[in-house]
Amino acid sequence: MTLTAEGKGTVEKVSRPRPTLGHVAGRVLLYLMLALLLVPVLFPVYYVFVGTFMEPRELATFPSRLLPTGFDTGNIEGALKAVPLARMYWNSLVMAGIITVSQLCTSALAAYAFVFLRFRGSAVIFALFLSTLMVPAEATFIPNYLTITGWGLGNSYAGLVMPFLAYAFGTFLLRQSFKQFPRELYDAARMDGMGHLRFLWTILLPLSRPALTAVGMYVFITSWNMYFWPLIITRSTEMQTLQIGLNSLKTGEAANPGLLLAGAALSVIPTLVLVIFGQRFIVRGLTAGAVK
Amino acid sequence: MTTGPVIERRVASPHSSSTRHKRARRGKDALLAWGFLLPSAVVFALFLVYPLGRTVYLSMHGNDIIGRPSRFVGLSHFAEMATPQFGQTLMTTVLFTVGVVVPGVAGALVIVLLLEGVIKGQRFLRGAFALPFAFSVASASVIFSVFYSPGNSVLNGILYRLGMDQVPWLTSQEMALWSVCITTVWMNLGYGVLVLAAGIGSIPKEVNEAARIDGATGPRLAWDVTIPMLGPQLFFLIVISTINALQSFGQIHILTAGGPVGSTTTLVYSIFQDAFAYGTSDFGRASAQALVLLLVVLVCTMVQFGVIERKVHYS
Repeated sequence: MTLTAEGKGTVEKVSRPRPTLGHVAGRVLLYLMLALLLVPVLFPVYYVFVGTFMEPRELATFPSRLLPTGFDTGNIEGALKAVPLARMYWNSLVMAGIITVSQLCTSALAAYAFVFLRFRGSAVIFALFLSTLMVPAEATFIPNYLTITGWGLGNSYAGLVMPFLAYAFGTFLLRQSFKQFPRELYDAARMDGMGHLRFLWTILLPLSRPALTAVGMYVFITSWNMYFWPLIITRSTEMQTLQIGLNSLKTGEAANPGLLLAGAALSVIPTLVLVIFGQRFIVRGLTAGAVK
Repeated sequence: MTTGPVIERRVASPHSSSTRHKRARRGKDALLAWGFLLPSAVVFALFLVYPLGRTVYLSMHGNDIIGRPSRFVGLSHFAEMATPQFGQTLMTTVLFTVGVVVPGVAGALVIVLLLEGVIKGQRFLRGAFALPFAFSVASASVIFSVFYSPGNSVLNGILYRLGMDQVPWLTSQEMALWSVCITTVWMNLGYGVLVLAAGIGSIPKEVNEAARIDGATGPRLAWDVTIPMLGPQLFFLIVISTINALQSFGQIHILTAGGPVGSTTTLVYSIFQDAFAYGTSDFGRASAQALVLLLVVLVCTMVQFGVIERKVHYS
């Protein structure tokens, strides 16, 4: 069945057997099984956008309509009215943006120290950095909540981002990338009397763009999607992020499926765009731990 | 820096001058290294290391109504955990974890193995399977709350058309946990597909070729060659999925709020309820549970590191 998957080299092409009835049947079965799996995976993605543009009475029918009906923007308007979604969008953007930029900076500096600078205890400190990854964030939220509200930073952007300004995962990934940087280039730059900071900024970082993009996208998506911390640290709707706004849509008095779907559709667009167009980079960031 | 040339002139051999120079540079390098590590270290110290200590402290103290630690209670918060209620919380956590990890990993494995047989459009199909990754916990949960809603449930509508019985997705104690599992599996499937697909991509071409020459095709090839070769990635995925499942919170908060009758209250949700819900602020009790969570996750990570370490030594 899978023999036909070959055929790029000429040798295989010659030895490729003629498709028999069994091959064809296997092929049909394969696509049938894939289709059977793909439908439930894609159905929620499909329905959130189709349902967003349905009229309330269409959404209330039973059995539910599954095909697109019209193009009613009432749900989007309703969702925008029920909670300040635009403001929440901005909050999410500011939060995820600050966290991403900060993690890129702190990770790049730390990774540089581990790869290009010699200092005593380098290996031990790297192990300590890695060990921070073992601590589940949920186990630190109570003291962090007390610390940040104690500083009077509850319900503020500072409070939202502070615990996440650095994370060892980015350091780990960038270290891997920096280690592959040609040593001769580094030596040549140093020989020319170039300082570490200038080398980092003008040569290393521009050449490490794929790794930086991978880390940046990963950090942006995970912080854009954060739920627990923004839920406990924000109090006013003015400071809440989009994800918390979605929950308010559900618990609010106007809980209505159309508004929920519209809110979910609006909230998912940025990350959906990133996943569709930046998958190459995301795969790199996600799978760094799994593949050598 | 002005002394540099003077020293060099005094020293006869250029070799020793360079070592001295190197030593000076090394000292500067070390200083710079500490400077570069400082920003990360400050964040880790304030929001990771200190909280661990404070969690231990809080877990051994009672607290007043607004959560300020009051008297020392020793290990009584831990002793209080020996109740049927907390036992149920742990049981729910285990069931939820199994209900998320087993179908999630198996599903991702089946998908990537089937994708291996696809000639044209493999990348496109893989991308399609990975799409749910874009959905946040909150958006996925909100969408599934519409699917599950008792009134005009989309899923029950589909079952009705297929002539099947209605399911009390979130309203029955037996079903609610599995409904939350279904949502979580859907959310995480894309990640599993990406990890395993990357693993398949890293299998040397010669291995597959050799197996094919020996006559292995289709399911046989998958079972005897691909799955064993995927060992490290499968293991990684199982551990990561387990850790993620143990930390799941948003889907429970949005879909069931721990109910009905506590049937979906996992460890993390229980921590949230004690510390932050209904203005309870029982930080002591919640901290004790947070330490249990920490311990469980730590063990999972240790297992992962241990096994991967051994794998590395093998190759």
